[in-house]
Amino acid sequence: MADLEFPIPKYRDYPEVPAIKAGAMAHSRPHVASEKIQEALGYQTKLAEDWQVTHDKAIGKFGELLGKYRSLKVFMDSCVHCGACTDKCHYFIGTNDPKNMPVARQELMRSVYRRYFTLAGKMFPSLVGAQDLTKELLDEWYTYFWQCSECRRCSVFCPYGIDTAEVTMAARNILDTVGYGQKYTNEILGKVNKIGNNLGLPGPALENTLEGLEEDLKEDTGFDIKYPLDVQGAEVLLVTPSADFFAEPHIESLIGYGKVFHAAGISWTLSSYASEAGNFGMFDGDYEMMRKVALRIRKAALELGVKRIVVGECGHAWRIAYAFWNTLSGLGAGANDPFAIELQKQLDPRYKQPSHICEFTWDLIQQGRLQFDKEANDHRIITFHDSCNVARASRMGDYPGGQFEIPRNIIKAVANKYVEMAPDTIREATFCCGGGGGILTDELVEARIKGAFPRMEALQQVVDQHGVNFMATICAICKAQFTKVLPYYGFNMRLVGGVHQLVSTAIRLGNEQ
Amino acid sequence: MAIEVNGKSYETDEEGYLVNLGDWNEDVAGFLAQQEGVNLTENHWEVINFLRDYYNEFQIAPAVRVLTKAIGKKLGADKGNSQYLYELFPYGPAKQACKIAGLPKPTGCV
Repeated sequence: MADLEFPIPKYRDYPEVPAIKAGAMAHSRPHVASEKIQEALGYQTKLAEDWQVTHDKAIGKFGELLGKYRSLKVFMDSCVHCGACTDKCHYFIGTNDPKNMPVARQELMRSVYRRYFTLAGKMFPSLVGAQDLTKELLDEWYTYFWQCSECRRCSVFCPYGIDTAEVTMAARNILDTVGYGQKYTNEILGKVNKIGNNLGLPGPALENTLEGLEEDLKEDTGFDIKYPLDVQGAEVLLVTPSADFFAEPHIESLIGYGKVFHAAGISWTLSSYASEAGNFGMFDGDYEMMRKVALRIRKAALELGVKRIVVGECGHAWRIAYAFWNTLSGLGAGANDPFAIELQKQLDPRYKQPSHICEFTWDLIQQGRLQFDKEANDHRIITFHDSCNVARASRMGDYPGGQFEIPRNIIKAVANKYVEMAPDTIREATFCCGGGGGILTDELVEARIKGAFPRMEALQQVVDQHGVNFMATICAICKAQFTKVLPYYGFNMRLVGGVHQLVSTAIRLGNEQ
Repeated sequence: MAIEVNGKSYETDEEGYLVNLGDWNEDVAGFLAQQEGVNLTENHWEVINFLRDYYNEFQIAPAVRVLTKAIGKKLGADKGNSQYLYELFPYGPAKQACKIAGLPKPTGCV
């Protein structure tokens, strides 16, 4: 691969902590959101010309967040700089920039917290490492909080359980408030609010794409596998990342979902109004924005009268569905506003609401309602990449660790050859793909390539030892990111794919027609 | 940001995509392709023209699968796959081809 201005990291003999290179990524800056993009979201359109105005607004927002989220205050106060997190971040391992050590990245914010919100920092700032918020410091926030994918691997190793992702979210929320938004994330939020999905795929285009898919599948399989859109009274509403309609290998999993519904004989529908599972509001830590996006799904569910809601292969969407939908939109237990109550009455209480597509498929497999020709996957030697938001921020099934077991169970049910990557790089210790949390944009390609390094190292090992040629995952960002970065490490971009892509290959659709 | 083609200036965004879709013409496409290091052949134009037609109808670039199918029909089944499209547009058929065709960049997890 040509034209890179930086070297690809070299694999290590032993995964030792890399020597630091101060400022190695200080130049990294995603594009700033335009005034138009900011305005559409109701954020300040650009940084005020008078620094004092920005300063006061940022500190004001910081104070507001501290009052609103007790967790943030605890995370600001409780770090003892023990260093357990330092070498756990894929961006630090890949870039060697000490400010990508989670503790150092958070210190950019914590030092400001101490200056404005603690007595010692107000009186003796230099004694407690407190510093004024300056324009230069705010720029550093922008640089380094956009080199965090909110994957929370460091949190697993933090003895205090500090949720680093929440710190990053708060920092970005403050940046948005003062008119310093990131183009990639905020442009997409504008699209989902306006059109219903991150891609900006209007209803007629979605319909056209799905019709084409039905034709292809009829040709390939001989069966009428349907991709229903806006069907009133369907049993299941499937909400999936819009990349599943558009990109490769994503669409292979969409084909898999359709085959599962077909083989099980369960009626389902997609919604043109809520044609997106992803919710980039989380990347910015803006609860109101997250809610706005989530409410589209509630509205679609109520209007279509569905009994079940199933979420497709998307990492952060499942975190939001699993952990936030109940309070955001009343979808799930615990909400008590009138719409939520109506929705609770409508949804079938015999099923987990919402369900992950892997839970859905695994349930059917356990009930014996799906059959597979496992040999159809024999050309593949498969490994599984746990996606961070699924692994560390959610669960599947009804037992701890279900989010790790269920996708693996499906793979083993549909394929014969499966191997694991090194234990310290999977399950709750999984390494981020390097593109999560709003980093999946072209101008951050250096951070993306370097951030993928620890995962590539682990992958190389199983490729060398076991001949792995397929890395399955259940996240649209992981799929897009790996497709882009795999070639830089000498792999074929088609080495990555979805779990339901494997299901699709092996599933029996019925008697041949 | 702006590019200059035949003495006329065209506004582009930070990533080099045309801001005003109406500004596009074949010379502009040629210039954008050159910047990307892509040498436009007839086969490239098949893709670009299909993208533009589809965009005019649906206000969005076609899904990669829709594109490969259409190109396969036009240029032969051996060319109806994304590998072929990557040969034409090495940075990825969706983004790079859209840029040269004067369409907005596809966004999201793609």
